[in-house]
Amino acid sequence: MAFADSANPLGPSGNLPRRKRVDFAMRSSATAAAMLAVAVLVIVIASVVAKGASALSLDFFTKAPPLDGAGGGILPEIVGTGLIVGIATAFALPIGVLIAIFLSEFAGARLAYPIRLALDLLNGLPSIVIAVFVYGLLVLGSGQTGMAGSIALAIIMVPLIARSSQEVLRLVPQTQREAALALGMSRWRTTLGIVLPAALSGIITGAVLAIARAAGETAPLLLTSSFFTPNQPVTGNIFGQAIPNIPIEIFNQLEAASPYDHARAWGAALVLVAIILMVSVTARVLLGRSRRKMQR
Amino acid sequence: MRVSAQPASVPGAISGNRGRADRYGDRVLLGVTALASLLVVAVIAFIIYQLIDGASLAISTFGIGFIGHNIWNPVINNQNGVYGAASFLYGTAITSAMALLIGGPIGIAIGLFLSVLAPRRIGAVIGPLVELIAAIPSVVLGLWGVLVLAPAMRTTIQPAIHDVLGWIPIFGTPSLTGLGLFTAGTILTIMIVPIIASISRELFLSVPNELQEGALALGATRWEMVRGVVLAATRPGLAATAILGLSRALGEAIAVLQVDAGGSSSTISANIFGSGDTLAARIANAFLSTTSNLEVSSLFYLAVILLVLGLGTNLAAQLIVRRTTISLRTGH
Repeated sequence: MAFADSANPLGPSGNLPRRKRVDFAMRSSATAAAMLAVAVLVIVIASVVAKGASALSLDFFTKAPPLDGAGGGILPEIVGTGLIVGIATAFALPIGVLIAIFLSEFAGARLAYPIRLALDLLNGLPSIVIAVFVYGLLVLGSGQTGMAGSIALAIIMVPLIARSSQEVLRLVPQTQREAALALGMSRWRTTLGIVLPAALSGIITGAVLAIARAAGETAPLLLTSSFFTPNQPVTGNIFGQAIPNIPIEIFNQLEAASPYDHARAWGAALVLVAIILMVSVTARVLLGRSRRKMQR
Repeated sequence: MRVSAQPASVPGAISGNRGRADRYGDRVLLGVTALASLLVVAVIAFIIYQLIDGASLAISTFGIGFIGHNIWNPVINNQNGVYGAASFLYGTAITSAMALLIGGPIGIAIGLFLSVLAPRRIGAVIGPLVELIAAIPSVVLGLWGVLVLAPAMRTTIQPAIHDVLGWIPIFGTPSLTGLGLFTAGTILTIMIVPIIASISRELFLSVPNELQEGALALGATRWEMVRGVVLAATRPGLAATAILGLSRALGEAIAVLQVDAGGSSSTISANIFGSGDTLAARIANAFLSTTSNLEVSSLFYLAVILLVLGLGTNLAAQLIVRRTTISLRTGH
């Protein structure tokens, strides 16, 4: 066996002090690994907070960045990220939930397996591959648009939403479906009137986690919505031009050499991380609560 | 007195033309949901088609030899350019292998800690914290990598490793900027640890308690129980977990692009502290400044390679665990 340096880990050996030492060493290393991971999290977050906090001010949220020099803010980027991710959600949420309904209410095991596999494969694809796909489909020859960015993010979100919704739908007790059907309700009314409302809070929290993930995605937007001037006003013209967004702004400001730009990059990173962490922590707490409620 | 079979006041009860509406309603819902599911399969097929179509020029120009040579130069050969993927495959292999070799054991150890070793309350705090690492956007991790990690690499970490292990060729001269493949591999390690930790934790939790308690009752220490029962029972799942972690590392573009100091160079150097480029990072870096159709097509070719690696690793992981009851999830 792979882990056996001696014959059989559960066989008799007799050397108790040595066994205890090995046991202690292994348990300590596992604990140390966990502490190391937490330490890395703390170090990264602390760096972002320490370096980003000085950039934050009211202006940072209400003004556009200047073309060069200090000051200004990232208002267009905040609005643009909201716009791109919002449209992506408008695509991905209905499609994801419909797939989840198909998997949990209609598909038999033989049909569900290939679709679940397809969802997992799509989820496992590198986001840069999806970016190249959308680039070839929508950007090549016609230029970048915010819409192309939204579609790329939607492709990333669909499998996340479908899988998390399906998990929640599976938790709705079978007896509720049977009771509705026994009362003469049709399948679709049962699904939309009984099953879906019971799972709604779980579905929404799953979707919120997917939104948090999409908000930080950079690779798809680099190919589809990165050619913008930082102070470009947000017009909502998502079909005609690239839309400013926070991840690309961080990326660009880091590439730029001046210290002003680095300060703005840290500030933008702090805003992005704060949004994402708050959203995902809240969603996780709510998700745990709604799961417990349904399993009771 | 006749009892009405259709008390209209009860919602959901059968009324006049409900029968027909329900027949259509059932069909429509089934149709729409099935269509949405088919859409996913169609999108994957379309991605495969689109990428291969985009790469066709490069495929017909360079053939399979594309992956074997390491020149990436848009201006030689009468301005037509010559493109090859070897140096990016090398950079991808080095950084991903480093992430897997370091991040794999650490992630699995954390999974063990959370599922078997830690008191439940401590696990309930540490587990979500570890998962939060996966929620940090890669562009922020890359920013941190350039401005915080790289200086530490330059002044302390890489010289220290070089002093101790410098007799091994891969630990050559430390990077002058702190950037390069080693730093990229470190960032990738940070990215895959939470993924491996959370999947392996689920895996270990699926091992029946009776087996674990049985081993302890026979006098095994905790570690002997872990080795003989928990790890032994989950070996296929652990292999799949490692593959999923690897898959994530292979495809990361932005954070690697920020820290790998790749740029225009396309060299293969044994020194892990040197600069380099991965498939994903090169695609992200070069796509917006291409000079010819052949270069665009060559970048599509790189994406095809990445697609094959991504589909291959994920398919392998899913097939390995198909027989076990664990479902593998990488989403966050």
